Amino acid sequence: MASDVVEKSGPRAHEAVPTFTVTMIVRRFDPEVDEEPRWVDYDLQMHGTDRVLDALHKIKWEIDGSLAFRRSCAHGVCGSDAMRINGRNRLACKTLLKDLDVSQPIYVEALKGLPLEKDLIVDMEPFFDSFREVQPFLMASTKPKDGKERLQSPEQRARFDDTTKCILCAACTSSCPVFWTDGQYFGPAAIVNAHRFIFDSRDEGSQVRMDILNDQEGVWRCRTTFNCTDACPRGIQVTQAIAEVKQAIMRGKP
Amino acid sequence: MTTSIESPRAARTVRRGGVNWEKWGWIYMRVSGVALVVLIFGHLFVNLMIGDGVKALDFAFVGGKLSNPFWQVWDTLMLWLALIHGANGMRTITNDYAHNRLVGVVVKGAILAATVVLIILGTLVVYTFDPCPAGAPTDLLPTFCTGG
Ligand code: HEM
Ligand code: SF4
Ligand code: FES
Repeated sequence: MASDVVEKSGPRAHEAVPTFTVTMIVRRFDPEVDEEPRWVDYDLQMHGTDRVLDALHKIKWEIDGSLAFRRSCAHGVCGSDAMRINGRNRLACKTLLKDLDVSQPIYVEALKGLPLEKDLIVDMEPFFDSFREVQPFLMASTKPKDGKERLQSPEQRARFDDTTKCILCAACTSSCPVFWTDGQYFGPAAIVNAHRFIFDSRDEGSQVRMDILNDQEGVWRCRTTFNCTDACPRGIQVTQAIAEVKQAIMRGKP
Repeated sequence: MTTSIESPRAARTVRRGGVNWEKWGWIYMRVSGVALVVLIFGHLFVNLMIGDGVKALDFAFVGGKLSNPFWQVWDTLMLWLALIHGANGMRTITNDYAHNRLVGVVVKGAILAATVVLIILGTLVVYTFDPCPAGAPTDLLPTFCTGG
């Protein structure tokens, strides 16, 4: 709507891109000062090509340098900047402002269900602990057949292709209502990464992982809410992967 | 010469032997759910839709149904499956929300007690219900009471 032209001074290449005003309401928390998190609004002039991450950068670089958030690649590869945007877990670097309703304020807060450290930063350790527990590495102790490589057909590779895409952003696990209330639950991401190896024909540790996930806090806690599938920035069919692990555990083999 | 790298960590010891209640509970919810779709909707259809519909519901209607072995088995199945299903669902929800062990034990104990009492009472009613109590006005009783 508003079509102010970008500051004339800076020789910016995308001067032609129209700008609009957007209100970002960010849930701030400074553990040294605040008792409770508080919502702070920022009015920003942004471009149609900007993402939520750009808006956060603008706040940090031009308005309040104390805003804390994680990001690294800024291109949806590293999984650092998962956060709750308008109540849904998204990567800030993959969420275009124009895809949100910018006539309304945009609410940004830290992932839910993990300990809040500062502003948009949560303690990821509980998340990585569950990831480690499913032993997410190839376990193959026998010698390969012809003494060289562990060969795999394209079909065998395709069986677990979807779950190889995980970037460990924690968007799925921290969108899961069971994980919010039951901190012991492994959570979707750990199951996705177990799936990655359980269905890998070269792996010999499937049974170990299936035993781990057959636990009281394992796959049976999943209630099929599909929040995880909705949250995954890599488009992994998370709920389906969990269902496949449940089926494998019932069969007793992958 | 090929080498194989040993697993970086020892396999986690699988604690419990015996029955995996969590798994069987999960399977039970699905199996009983399928049976309950038939039982509950069949029950609603027969009670509320067929014939005079809801207007037909009175002491005689219930007494007549509970004197029929088919409906006795139907109602018993529905009673047991639904109560155990509901109780197991409440157990799951308790596991979600009870942060403190004591709260969990108390709530689950109460769920178990309520379920056992309701199952016993319900089963007693289904098999000991007297459709023709002595001295009741005959117009309220099923027709077979009066030797019809
Ligand atoms: C129409 C027949 C029914 C079907 C098909 C059905 C199916 C299911 C299934 C599949 C679940 C497991 C959900 C999950 O773990 O993901 C469930 C949970 C549950 N059911 Fe049923 N059910 C039926 C009737 C009932 C009845 C009659 C009751 C009450 C007595 C009941 C109470 C519950 C409760 C309390 C839960 C737990 C909810 C939760 O885990 O959050 N259901 N049901
Ligand atoms: S499965 Fe998707 S949402 Fe979950 S951690 Fe991996 S990339 Fe993130
Ligand atoms: S910053 Fe790397 S995924 Fe967003």
